[in-house]
Amino acid sequence: MSVEVLTLIFVMLTFGLYAYIGWWAKAVDTKSFYVAGNDVPIIANGAAIAADWMSAASFLSMAGLIAFLGYDGTVYLMGWTGGYVLLALLLAPYLRKFGRYTVPDFIGDRFYSNKSRAVAAIATIFVSLTYVAGQMRGVGIVFSRYLGVNIEIGVIIGMALIMFFAVIGGMKGITWTQVAQFFILIVAFVVPAVAISFKLTGNPIPQFGMIFSDVAQRLGEAQIEAGLKEYILPFQNMSKLNVFMMTMALMVGTAGLPHVITRFYTVKTVKGARWSAVWALLFIAILYTTAPAVGMFSKFNIIDTVHNQPVEEIQQIEWVEKWSTTGLLGLNDVNEDGVYRLSGDPATNEVNIDKDIIVLSTPEVAQLSPVIIALVAAGGLAAALSTAAGLLLAMSSAVSHDIYYKIYNRNATEKQRLRVARVMIFLSVLAAGYFGINPPGFVGEVVAFAFGIAAASLFPAIFLGIFDKRHNREGATAGIVTGLVFTVVMLVLMKSVPLLGTETPIIESFFGIDAAGIGIVGMVLHFAVGFVVSRSTKEPPQDIQEMVENIRIPKGSGEPQGDH
Amino acid sequence: MNKENDKSMQEYWKRNVALIRNLLIIWAAVSYGAVILLGDVLSKISFFGVNLAFWFAHQGSILTFVAIVAFYAWRMGKLDKEFDVEE
Repeated sequence: MSVEVLTLIFVMLTFGLYAYIGWWAKAVDTKSFYVAGNDVPIIANGAAIAADWMSAASFLSMAGLIAFLGYDGTVYLMGWTGGYVLLALLLAPYLRKFGRYTVPDFIGDRFYSNKSRAVAAIATIFVSLTYVAGQMRGVGIVFSRYLGVNIEIGVIIGMALIMFFAVIGGMKGITWTQVAQFFILIVAFVVPAVAISFKLTGNPIPQFGMIFSDVAQRLGEAQIEAGLKEYILPFQNMSKLNVFMMTMALMVGTAGLPHVITRFYTVKTVKGARWSAVWALLFIAILYTTAPAVGMFSKFNIIDTVHNQPVEEIQQIEWVEKWSTTGLLGLNDVNEDGVYRLSGDPATNEVNIDKDIIVLSTPEVAQLSPVIIALVAAGGLAAALSTAAGLLLAMSSAVSHDIYYKIYNRNATEKQRLRVARVMIFLSVLAAGYFGINPPGFVGEVVAFAFGIAAASLFPAIFLGIFDKRHNREGATAGIVTGLVFTVVMLVLMKSVPLLGTETPIIESFFGIDAAGIGIVGMVLHFAVGFVVSRSTKEPPQDIQEMVENIRIPKGSGEPQGDH
Repeated sequence: MNKENDKSMQEYWKRNVALIRNLLIIWAAVSYGAVILLGDVLSKISFFGVNLAFWFAHQGSILTFVAIVAFYAWRMGKLDKEFDVEE
């Protein structure tokens, strides 16, 4: 059977499974569309968080990004896992105790203000929208490669599918679908990694293969020879300052991502929330410790196969031809000497490897069976779809629950709210699809923007709301607005070329800090402004202070609180 | 809430915050410390086929994070029991 047919079968089988689970979970509990307390077992909730969390960017792009950044690729590895420590220690248990639906819910109630609720809702929408655009791009890439359509058509197919799942999956079904998606994506990621590790190093465990072999060294030598940077030495591709800032922005941003935070509302107890975080991070760590090995092995293998090899021989290789047609692998014998040469100098470079092909091409480059190739395609789609579902939910609840119901129309019926939620999912998918077709940057980078904004606006507000009893409405509003405005303005100025159409960026960097790390400056401003303003205005009302004391203690999390 | 209970809750919160602080120090030491601030130094120490800073950058820090979160969940479970604030 050809790879295309197998892929189609795998994709259809997995989609059938998701559809079945969505239907099954929904059929069990039709009345609880808006259920807050969930009886999802802790390990399953951990798997659902992990799937929600690991996006198309984690699955498709991260290993590629690391392969090109080498040591400095740690910004993604540490950034996207270290934030989990903040989430588990500083936010999750208390938000679970608070026990409502959304992040804006907490901010609105804690700061007794619909203005801060609205600002938090807007930040939620902004973060989720930026993030979901990256998912659509990922879906587009997978479809374009495996169904032989161009990326635009791939994105449109993805939009149709996500729309379908967001509707039939429903709020509750999504959790169990994500559990299934986690297992498919992790198997799809680990199996080729084990195979390529065994092939190159003789060690089947990639985490060991990358350490107990000479691949790292040989890759470094090959890169130096071609005029590229050293692989395992620090700060070759990014400055120390930017590695620091970007790591921190991704960590803090992770802890402020609304679609992940919401997940902790779905377990029964505070203890459950703590252990969910442990399982989730463990499941995430499986992929995050495998990805750097895949990046290293795959890049080495591609360079080893193509670099300094005769054009005629290379053209014979099946995967070279396939990937060339998608434009993700560019081979051009510039000096016409009959040999392809990789070079650090763009003028003489004859081998262009797109970051996105590292993971997708691994099974083929490692000469694995077509079954594995099809599995990887299904895994990439699982990663993209599970995250997109979580994001669409976060976005639509921010509008339908926080803005429409809590602020605009307190008398809205369940039916009206549901209709608003559905329309919102529809509009979000359209917007996400648009940005997926006209991406503001590479998948991983687009996602990174969402983190800067979450770091500057949502994380500090939630953190202060829990740990600083004296923090009040005035401080929170001033802090959120400062962090958000500063970060967005800086991002727009630094990325003015694609956004505003200027010829060069209006500003290159903020005192040496790039766009990816600017969220941290926004966060510091948020803390500073929030502190000064809260201390110079009157303290929060007594009932709010009591609420803060209450969320700090696990006891009684099962009790209903307030109106939903 | 009576006075005594109040005091015990303050003690519970104080011990929780101290635990969080200690764990975040470890968190920062393996990531910002070993990988970034001391990256130039530790990359001179070889660690099997790679160097120590690189191992922390691509593997060790992540494994430490898992351990931190697990330790916190376990320790807080005990603290909850001690102060009788379990659910």
